[in-house]
Amino acid sequence: MGKVVVITSGKGGVGKTTTSAALGAALAQNGEKVVVVDFDVGLRNLDLVMGAERRVVYDLVNVIQGEAKLAQALIRDKRLETLYLLPASQTRDKDNLTPEGVEKVVTALRSAFDWVICDSPAGIERGATLAMRHADVAIVVTNPEVSSVRDSDRIIGLLDSKTLKAENGERMEKHLLLTRYDPVRAERGDMLKVDDVLEILSIPLLGIIPESMDVLKASNVGSPVTLAESASAPARAYFDAARRLKGEAVPVTVPGEKRGFFGKIFGRKAA
Amino acid sequence: MTNVLTQPRPIRLKGRSFLALALSPELPFEDWLARLDDLASRSAGFFLRRPVVLDVDGLDINRAELRDLVSQLGTRNVRIMGIEGARPSLLGTDLPPAMTDGRPASDFEPPAEETTEPDADEETVAIPVSVAPAVKATPSMIVTEPVRSGQSLFFPEGDVTVVGSVASGAEIVAGGSIHIYGTLRGRALAGTTGDASARIFCSKLEAELIAIDGFYKTAEDMEPDLRGRAVQIWLEGGTVRTETLG
Repeated sequence: MGKVVVITSGKGGVGKTTTSAALGAALAQNGEKVVVVDFDVGLRNLDLVMGAERRVVYDLVNVIQGEAKLAQALIRDKRLETLYLLPASQTRDKDNLTPEGVEKVVTALRSAFDWVICDSPAGIERGATLAMRHADVAIVVTNPEVSSVRDSDRIIGLLDSKTLKAENGERMEKHLLLTRYDPVRAERGDMLKVDDVLEILSIPLLGIIPESMDVLKASNVGSPVTLAESASAPARAYFDAARRLKGEAVPVTVPGEKRGFFGKIFGRKAA
Repeated sequence: MTNVLTQPRPIRLKGRSFLALALSPELPFEDWLARLDDLASRSAGFFLRRPVVLDVDGLDINRAELRDLVSQLGTRNVRIMGIEGARPSLLGTDLPPAMTDGRPASDFEPPAEETTEPDADEETVAIPVSVAPAVKATPSMIVTEPVRSGQSLFFPEGDVTVVGSVASGAEIVAGGSIHIYGTLRGRALAGTTGDASARIFCSKLEAELIAIDGFYKTAEDMEPDLRGRAVQIWLEGGTVRTETLG
């Protein structure tokens, strides 16, 4: 039985799709069998970021509506043979996602893969709630600025009330992934500090991804940053986050902070 | 029959009582509605989200007039959950259900422009001590999780205690006092059922809005030096007062 992970945020443009692709590729490089599912029906992007846009035949909506089999819609990555993509439909809208259909697809994927990574659309409507519905673990992607933090807080509230786990009285495992962190702007005080975000959201930290041109470059060539620029700072941060997701204790480093700061960082609660 | 007998889980019916606001309209309705509009213009949202019961006891009206009144109130966003004191012939399936056995509770004080000292509650004063044998504990709600943005805790019965923070965009509405052992970033509305003695306590004040018994203050109106501090907030003669704790 695999783990179902939802990558969510509430706010758009914070890095959900980048994170889904990067974590998926990072896990797959360790030999894990991974499928990344695009729930952003109508505004799909994951296929572009993963460089599979020219190989999409069937999609999630086709599978849900019984027009295609799951195996027909899954696209295997050309570089990593344990990494798969289930694309979203671009021509339909989110009303085509039914709770029963999503449940069937997620259950089937869970039994065939080690990790099912659900890339949630922005917002708190149908697409987002269905993407989180069957998750075992949630990764809340947040930028260190106030509107993103507030939207993430709203999403955490929904994770604790609208998911299957919450309705069964269980606790949803939630992790915070701070993305687009800019050490220079943090130094100037233009961005929220890591500790402030952690204090407001009060969920464990999975990692901090520094703002970097490498992420944009990787997206433009259609490759997850953990594949295209695997030695870059954001890629290394994603590799660390993937290890923490698997339960390893890896200390969190705040980009731009000195080595001497390690004592404090070890004290911080990592995921 | 056997089907019924082997049914393991019967449907559970529970009784529950709620505090509702009772409106007693007077004839002629045009004048009464005009006075209601005047009240609503002074305290926007007074009826919002409050259950309202219409008390028509002793009014000589027919069914069409009653239906017209309910729809008139509907256009003012006052939704009637039930009608009290109406003859059965007045009510039909197109009107809210009949309510009976209502017990009076303390008056709802609409926020007035100039504060008048509320009259001493004569009924309460008149009750001899010996007649109230059972001391009823004030109900309270305790929340041990952070209150997230978009969540609304509504507890008109009494006090609310939060062990954790209240996020920006979250709100707590309590009939009694509100205690927050954490940062208050959202809204806290205490004493909403007319309790002017209710207070708000928080370990760190970053609130968007605070209110006691309908008197409110937004973040902009709060003294800047109190932000980030542990404070208590109370009502004194119609003004919201704030003071640091400890």
